[in-house]
Amino acid sequence: MNLIARLSERSWEPASDRLDPSHRPSAGSVGLTLYAVVMAVMFSLLVAAYVMRMGLHAAMGHADDWAAMPDPPLLWINSAVLVMSSIAWEMARRAAIRGRASMASLAGGVLGLCFLGGQWMLWRHYQAAGYYLATNPANAFFYLLTALHGLHIIGGLGAAGWVLASRNPGQVRLCALYWHLLLLIWILIAVLLLLT
Amino acid sequence: MATTLADDLRPLHHPHSWVTRYVWSQDHKVIAIQYSVTAISIGLVALVLSALMRLQLGFPGAFPAIQPDNYLQFVSMHGMIMVVYLLTALLLGGFGNYLIPLMIGARDMVFPFVNMLSYWLYLLSVIVLVAGFFVPGGPTGAGWTLYPPQAISEGTPGHQWGIVTMLVSLAIFVAAFTMGGLNYVTTVLQARTRGMTLMRMPLSVWGIFTASVMGLLAFPALFVAAVMMLFDRLAGTSFFMPTMQSAGAITSTQGGSPLLFQHLFWFFGHPEVYIVALPAFGIVSDLISVHARRNIFGYRMMVWAIVVIGALSFLVWAHHMYVSGMNPYFGFFFATSTLIIAIPTAIKVYNWMLTLWRGNIHMRVPMLFAIAFIFTFIHGGLSGLFLGNVSVDVPLSDTFFVVAHFHMVMGVSPVLVIFGAIYHWYPKITGRMWNETLGKLHFWITFLGVYAIFLPMHYLGILGVPRRYYALGQADFIPPSVHLANQWISIAALVVFAAQSLFFFNMIWSLFRGPKADPNPWGAASLEWQTPQTPPAHGNWGPKLPVVYRWAYDYSVPGAERDFIPQTEPRA
Repeated sequence: MNLIARLSERSWEPASDRLDPSHRPSAGSVGLTLYAVVMAVMFSLLVAAYVMRMGLHAAMGHADDWAAMPDPPLLWINSAVLVMSSIAWEMARRAAIRGRASMASLAGGVLGLCFLGGQWMLWRHYQAAGYYLATNPANAFFYLLTALHGLHIIGGLGAAGWVLASRNPGQVRLCALYWHLLLLIWILIAVLLLLT
Repeated sequence: MATTLADDLRPLHHPHSWVTRYVWSQDHKVIAIQYSVTAISIGLVALVLSALMRLQLGFPGAFPAIQPDNYLQFVSMHGMIMVVYLLTALLLGGFGNYLIPLMIGARDMVFPFVNMLSYWLYLLSVIVLVAGFFVPGGPTGAGWTLYPPQAISEGTPGHQWGIVTMLVSLAIFVAAFTMGGLNYVTTVLQARTRGMTLMRMPLSVWGIFTASVMGLLAFPALFVAAVMMLFDRLAGTSFFMPTMQSAGAITSTQGGSPLLFQHLFWFFGHPEVYIVALPAFGIVSDLISVHARRNIFGYRMMVWAIVVIGALSFLVWAHHMYVSGMNPYFGFFFATSTLIIAIPTAIKVYNWMLTLWRGNIHMRVPMLFAIAFIFTFIHGGLSGLFLGNVSVDVPLSDTFFVVAHFHMVMGVSPVLVIFGAIYHWYPKITGRMWNETLGKLHFWITFLGVYAIFLPMHYLGILGVPRRYYALGQADFIPPSVHLANQWISIAALVVFAAQSLFFFNMIWSLFRGPKADPNPWGAASLEWQTPQTPPAHGNWGPKLPVVYRWAYDYSVPGAERDFIPQTEPRA
């Protein structure tokens, strides 16, 4: 039943009762999909603001005030940790499909914590090198993007803890999905930071 | 304890104590009432602020307690509270919560715990907002649009802490709304009872559903803007702050773009207009259909129009920024997209009229408010056609014409629908009936009163009387009639202000002393009137969920024994 057909139903005419609620996807997966859209909008707007702010000053005929940040090795290490974390969640998801609980989800959570710790160290590293929040718009966007991404990681870890405590294998799938989304967003942020 | 009822797919959370039943409640009906009471309470604060503004404008200098700074603070807080904390919260958090599960035949929202969290975060955002009145420097006076750089620059009232509480409060509100919005959308998609196809949903649900989707897409822009401005204010970044000279000294900020904020703000701000309007469109369609005893004219077209308006509203935001300056081609694009919205909107207005046409119209209080809405909405929509055009907007933009326009179209119109909706569903929510005479008195004073207030403002605007000004002072272009009109507007505003006590008295008195209401006093066909108990009990439907066999608008069907057929009645 495609959307167009559903939206053009002549509901005032006699019709069969064809919608059986049990065939719908779970509310959790619909909710997560919607939240993924919200996240996508939020980060897209930030990226739009980033690009606009980067080009604007020069476009107005002033000297370019955008000073790109260096890319320390820690950035790569953190990214690798997040990739591993995502792989662990994927393993947990596959185990959950076969109905088994897996240590992989725990590993995914711990690696997620490591990523957060690594991001904190990355911040400290930049601070020590003199890249303060207010020094340059490039720095400000870096801290803003990583902080918001980090908050989503913290939220995800909280949700994962709750899922692991309640031992519901169906929700491991949602955790893994959310984690992959965060990885995707992180990769896009990292690419943006590396390119500019 | 979680139990699964035979025909239900989810466990239902059962409260055990008074606290979990009425305070930390996960029942959508209790949360709806919590949302509504909080929203109306903070809305009353904004109403008082508007009365204070009118006192100053009508009788400048007569109230020395109102200083220019206070006036700007009243303007800003009035606007933000009314748009976000009253209208959005009441229409989606209040009516959305109450009506969605009942109208689609669900036992509750799909994420009851998140729903509860949504309300408490909303309450927190209101508390932080109100805290702005008590911080040093008072609340922000930057205007409800909070444009930087002035919002956080010295000289603007509340630039010290008022702006911080405002931005923090908005960020919390967005989080609260996102939790609520995810719930409303997912519930509509996932929890409809058997037989309730998308196109059998009442238009109220369609309006609230579409507005929730829009909110999920638009509020992130407000969140991002608020967080970035907080960074600018607290950490000294330059997202929005350009190089400025303040008291002879160059500020530390440089290179930021105030226009960037405006884009982000209006990318939220324009859809916000329709986030408020679409639930009102939906609700008013149901009120008109029920009280005219006629099926809604062009149901499918009404649904499509709601969806199309929702989609188009994301393409018009820069029409709020004509006076900020833009490439003429952009102006052309945004003017065109703005005027295109008039098409689906006009379809809706015609369909309301055609529903009334030859209907068996019952002039009960909810219907009076619904018809009044058609008046004010057409009125505000027509002045919107003026303002959508760049060349007309530029001279009118900073005048009272704009005040008149948006109060008609997104202030008065949704509020009239809210009144109508409260009168309409009050018997279901409380099980009691209100007093008809008081209701009619309230209606006539409010309806005629808002015209007395806002109609002269168009005239003031065309004369060029500027908005946001504390006092007009002496200017050649301002004739004495302006001062007279201002006095008249202020007196009318105070009368309307006072008349709202009729409403509150009626509602509160009827809660205890009103006659017991019939479970379906209006003879409505939609599902919420068919609950086994009135008011509906926890879980809404008793042991078995209802099954839906028809759409929500079977009124005056030829050959039927009554003039309505409930959605739950099987076809012969």
